[in-house]
Amino acid sequence: MDLIIPGSGLIIWQIIGFSILLFILAKFAWKPILSALEEREKSIEDALKSAEIARNEMANLKAENEKIILEAKLERDEMLLKATETARQVVEDAKGVAQAEGAKLLEAAKKAIETEKQAALEDVKVQVAALSLSIAEKVLRKTLADDAKQKELVDELINEIKFN
Amino acid sequence: MVRKLLCLSVLLSVFWIGFSNVAVAAGDEDDKTGFIMHHVKDSHEWHFATFGHTHLTLPLPVIIYSSDRGLEVFSSSNFQNPETHLFGKEYGHNGYYIDEHDHLKAVDEERSFIDLSITKNVAMLFIVIAIVLWILLSAASHYKKNPGQAPKGAASFIEPIVVFVRDEIALPNIGHHKYKNFTPYLLTIFFFIWFGNLLGLFPGAANLTGNIAVTATLAIFTFFVTNLNGNKDYWKHVVATPGVPVPLLLIIVPVEIIGLFTKPFALMVRLFVAITAGHIVILSFIGLIFVFESYAVGLASTIMVVFINMIELLVATIQAYVFTLFSAMYIGQAVAEHEHH
Repeated sequence: MDLIIPGSGLIIWQIIGFSILLFILAKFAWKPILSALEEREKSIEDALKSAEIARNEMANLKAENEKIILEAKLERDEMLLKATETARQVVEDAKGVAQAEGAKLLEAAKKAIETEKQAALEDVKVQVAALSLSIAEKVLRKTLADDAKQKELVDELINEIKFN
Repeated sequence: MVRKLLCLSVLLSVFWIGFSNVAVAAGDEDDKTGFIMHHVKDSHEWHFATFGHTHLTLPLPVIIYSSDRGLEVFSSSNFQNPETHLFGKEYGHNGYYIDEHDHLKAVDEERSFIDLSITKNVAMLFIVIAIVLWILLSAASHYKKNPGQAPKGAASFIEPIVVFVRDEIALPNIGHHKYKNFTPYLLTIFFFIWFGNLLGLFPGAANLTGNIAVTATLAIFTFFVTNLNGNKDYWKHVVATPGVPVPLLLIIVPVEIIGLFTKPFALMVRLFVAITAGHIVILSFIGLIFVFESYAVGLASTIMVVFINMIELLVATIQAYVFTLFSAMYIGQAVAEHEHH
């Protein structure tokens, strides 16, 4: 057969063969393969996109968290400050009250002690007087038990009177 | 990868030499290089090898359609000498004979008929189609069975090529509006030509994609796909190129119309020449061995054959790529929108 003159039979077979090949491949090979490829590419793209969205959300969440933490910290500081202030106030107030109370108590105690002391002194005075009297009485009774002694006393007293 | 290619080439070359050797031995004593053209051209029988005087051939069906006798089927072995396997007028059968140049002819020269024989290239065409279908359909079944999963087996082999044809050939040349309509055609063209080229490199295989009838048919397919999808802009550009003065149109329009046909013609010639030339170069280096009958030439030729075989593997892919690329460009020009020069 000739090199550069196309054979009619081969052309006909080639047209039939290639048409069948094209038809079968288009229907049963390229359609599933291309659609599968497209689907996979789409799913990969979607996955990447959702990962990006998730990452952004994460970043937002993190920023929000940080903001909340910062706010919480500020609030805590404020609360602490207020609490310290209040505590100080309370202590101060308590101190004042306690001092006043203490002073009052001290005063009352002092007064009571004074009163007690006076009373005790009075009592002591009365006691002492009574005791003195009874001692004197007892002494007198003892010393003046006989006449000689009475006379001696009288003499003595007279003597005293004399010398005075 | 390089080592594998090298091994493959060496293996191919060894086969080439083995088969060519016996091919020459079978040929005429004076005609030491006749096997080259015999391999490159189409034939009514598939000749693999000759051992001494035993021809290892596959007789192919000769199918003839004529208006007066309808469809007739014979074996090509009916038309040849059973000893030498030579065709000739003296070995006619049923009113037909195959001449020395492998042309089927009617004994009665007035009769007209169509030769629909399953020649060597038609048989090769069936083999290529079968292999392409087998590989691609098994890949497709993987995608159907495992949706959304990574490719495996045949699918992982074809997927990068499919993605390449779609994203690097169809998309940039046709545009994102229409490329999806033409991707199946371009993929089919690519895989058919690529497998045709590669299988043609096997020893004993037929030179399918280096046959002008095959490349012409493929070019005609691209011609029809291009022009049947041509939009208004495209045809306006052909018959009344915008922005060109009327007197110049007399020159431009015929040039544009001729251009419609030169594009597929270029496709046809490019593939035919590239593949046929490659086969001729390889066989010529082998032919040198038989012309010089020297060991030194044999060694040098073998080295060159290995080298050319490696280049041929490259050419097989490049030519498939180029044919697909130019088809995509022509289709792209035909369907491009708002393109005014």
